[in-house]
Amino acid sequence: MDQQHIRNFSIIAHIDHGKSTLADRILELTHAVSKREMRAQILDSMDLERERGITIKAQAVRVTWKGHQLNLIDTPGHVDFTYEVSRSLQACEGALLVVDAAQGIEAQTLANAYLAIENDLEIVPLVNKIDLPSADPDGASQQVAELIGEDPARVLRISAKTGLGVEDVLDAIIERIPPPVGDPDAPARALIFDSSYDQYRGVVAFVRVIDGAFKPRDQLRAMALGTRFEAQEIGAMNPVMRPLEALVAGEVGYVITGLKDVSELRVGDTLTSDSKPANEPLPGYKEVKPMVFAGLFPTDADQYPELRDALEKLKLNDAALFYEPETSQALGFGFRSGFLGLLHMEIVRERLEREFDLDLIVTAPTVAYRVRAQNSPTWKEVHTPSDMPDAIDEVEEPYIKASVIVPKEFVGTVMELCSDRRGRFDNMEYLAEDRAHLTFEMPLAEIVLDFYDALKSRTRGYASFDYDYVGFRPGTLVRVDILVGGDPVDALSLVIHREFAYDRGRMLVEKLREEIPRQMFDVPIQAAIGTRVIARETVKARRKDVTAKCYGGDISRKRKLLEKQKEGKKRMKRVGGVEVPQEAFLAVLNLNDYGKK
Amino acid sequence: MSGTARHLYLHVPFCAHRCGYCDFVTAVGRRDDHGPFVEALLTELELERGTLAPDLDTIFLGGGTPTFTEPAALKRLLAALPPAREVTVEANPETVTPELAALLREGGINRVSLGAQTFQPRLLEVLDRTATPDDVRHAVRVLRDAGFDNISLDLIYGIPGQSRDDLLDDLAQALMLVPEHLSAYELEAKPGTRFTHAHGKELERQHELMETYFEIVVSTLTGAGFRWYETANFCRSPEQDGARTRDLRAHHNLGYWQVRDYLGVGIGAVSTIDGRRWRNAPSLAGYVRALAGGERPPREVEELSNEMRDTERVMLGLRLDEPIPTDEIERIVDVAELHRLEERGLVARDAAGISLTARGRSIGDAVTASLLA
Repeated sequence: MDQQHIRNFSIIAHIDHGKSTLADRILELTHAVSKREMRAQILDSMDLERERGITIKAQAVRVTWKGHQLNLIDTPGHVDFTYEVSRSLQACEGALLVVDAAQGIEAQTLANAYLAIENDLEIVPLVNKIDLPSADPDGASQQVAELIGEDPARVLRISAKTGLGVEDVLDAIIERIPPPVGDPDAPARALIFDSSYDQYRGVVAFVRVIDGAFKPRDQLRAMALGTRFEAQEIGAMNPVMRPLEALVAGEVGYVITGLKDVSELRVGDTLTSDSKPANEPLPGYKEVKPMVFAGLFPTDADQYPELRDALEKLKLNDAALFYEPETSQALGFGFRSGFLGLLHMEIVRERLEREFDLDLIVTAPTVAYRVRAQNSPTWKEVHTPSDMPDAIDEVEEPYIKASVIVPKEFVGTVMELCSDRRGRFDNMEYLAEDRAHLTFEMPLAEIVLDFYDALKSRTRGYASFDYDYVGFRPGTLVRVDILVGGDPVDALSLVIHREFAYDRGRMLVEKLREEIPRQMFDVPIQAAIGTRVIARETVKARRKDVTAKCYGGDISRKRKLLEKQKEGKKRMKRVGGVEVPQEAFLAVLNLNDYGKK
Repeated sequence: MSGTARHLYLHVPFCAHRCGYCDFVTAVGRRDDHGPFVEALLTELELERGTLAPDLDTIFLGGGTPTFTEPAALKRLLAALPPAREVTVEANPETVTPELAALLREGGINRVSLGAQTFQPRLLEVLDRTATPDDVRHAVRVLRDAGFDNISLDLIYGIPGQSRDDLLDDLAQALMLVPEHLSAYELEAKPGTRFTHAHGKELERQHELMETYFEIVVSTLTGAGFRWYETANFCRSPEQDGARTRDLRAHHNLGYWQVRDYLGVGIGAVSTIDGRRWRNAPSLAGYVRALAGGERPPREVEELSNEMRDTERVMLGLRLDEPIPTDEIERIVDVAELHRLEERGLVARDAAGISLTARGRSIGDAVTASLLA
């Protein structure tokens, strides 16, 4: 189709503001799916996505409206996937910005709107859910108009649920969003904005063609990674895969590559013809790096091979997931895994437990640190606290820009929370009379534990929160080891700001003392920075543990008890000559569990 | 044809009443049953005679309250017993009269184990015991008068309401009676019993105190010159036995701890012979009926594998102050753990073999478990 009749757009919104419902209505109105076929929120294919109300993997659907080809590119709605969002937005000329008429602007509304503005997209603002009794369409329109510098009268008012005003949205897409302006005769170039893995056909790339055209059997090349392959099939989603003769400049569709590994084809890379390649790749490709790390261990050591297989399978569809084998003396064999952020980690963990039926122990999440050991000229990145050198010349930790939107009575509370977490106040502005937007710079490490829970509970659930990485900054950080019977328990080491080390160390040590059963001898439990002990407790030795009476009639019962104890011991881990039940580690790790309290 | 067992146990279940904490196989009242039961007991003994060695080391009459048995039946039982070096009977103090003492002497009994339990009247009441502290003192005097020169007293600690001073007083009172042997058991309240129900909270408190109580028992009795030869058992050492040099350990029980074969007859009695263990069913009626018909009573049988026997060897042997020969124990246990425990001061090693130190013995169950794991 000629570019004049093509519109490429995304829908961007805060969680639960109605992005997926609007997408469903659009598919329905354009007859891409009949009402009968309609499965609510058809774009979110995974159960988990539906449950959490977020879209993890972006997809693209082609529909037709009044003689135009409209390509809806769905985006993941969360900061962990900012890079994916930005690539999806780069594939568009415009975006529908959806705001809940009752809630108004929230943190991800801002984050997404700024991303759209950075990508020079035409923004079509919509206020959704105007049928709700609590809706304030005027207030919400005012807020969103101010945010993007638009006339409030041009903010569309709809109910995606009932379909009210959705036709106007389709018209506005054609009227307001500009058509693509690529060169159909130039060497072929397409942006990969998403990929997925099909177990029969290999890696499927979702692309936006910028220049030229792509045809089946073309020999293609990914410009950044250099991967070469033959296009086995080319087509568009409508909403299921439909093969096409070609994808031309301005169009959106998929390419089946036959590649067996998603890591060979990265989101953000540029596809071109292998024989007549473009001179320049499209701008903006970067390799996404995991920022949050945690150890994943099977509760039952026998499940290790299953965990490995499950991670392999997940990785096929998730190039951002990183893992390598890790051995913990306390927790056995597992994997040190890296994630884009907390939500990404939580999603991986839940998929492992739910789809693969694994029972996992997840160690306290930690961030990536950059460290220069004493007298060493080189920096290295550390993903495991126990890898942190004892003597450090310099250490840097990742910082984020945290963005929080709250009703104004909670401003003080949020300020206090953020400053407790080493946040540096940056800016505050009022979005409406009673809603403030605050920004802080703070260490990522401070939010990986329980920041989000604390924020929610201290603001009675009213705060919305988002963050963006701003880079590495020097930190006053120390490694705290937890020693049982004089030996460090690797899984419990943590890196922490020096100021918090004492309190945290004492808390962990006290918890362990409660959890470790009394042994045959005194067991010291210590928290230490290097060789300096900062907290100490003792599990006192048992003084009596012997059956008083043992005569002819008691012997079998006694022996059976002993055999049972022997079985129980198999579940104990031995640290510093001490039998520690796995439950003790779990209890301590749960102290650090940011997610489920 | 004769067998290997040199230890014989006879279970005589009758009691005047049942004490609240007791979980032994007992039968209350039923004086009419005593005669038929003794007949059945002797029939079972006859049926199993082939398992016994020609000369026995020990016989033990346990209960129940064997001395509560109707005198004619008791006399008949004693008369039918084979000879043995040590013949013990368990007795409740209130049953001990000069007549009974004479009957026992004539019947070949040479050792009496008296259930004193405590010398505090209010604690005796808690335990449902009938005997008073005076009954205990009286019983010892009567037995001495009758010529018994080997008397053991049983004590119980951890009784609801028992203080440290009560325990110290019990030990002092017991020592004043100059027994040859003392057994001190912690009160074991079985879950679900009336007793546990009535004293739940207090038992929990006592459980914590029990650690120190055990230490008090051991230090007081060893301080008084007794030999702590088994976890819960103490005997007068030879130098305190006047001019005599007797080994006053309970040789019958020693047989269990040294994993020797033993035959047990009577309801609920357990035997272990040639790697085979069986336990008679606890029903009195079923027992009498079977044996009246010349049949063995209903039993549960357990075959002991070599591994089980090894486990028991260590489990029981480490309760004693006598070492287990090094090569014998190292064949069975985790040797690395043995060395670790030695370093920790829980295991002692000398030329004779391996034994537990005093601290090791106090936590003997844990030590055994870690050696066998």
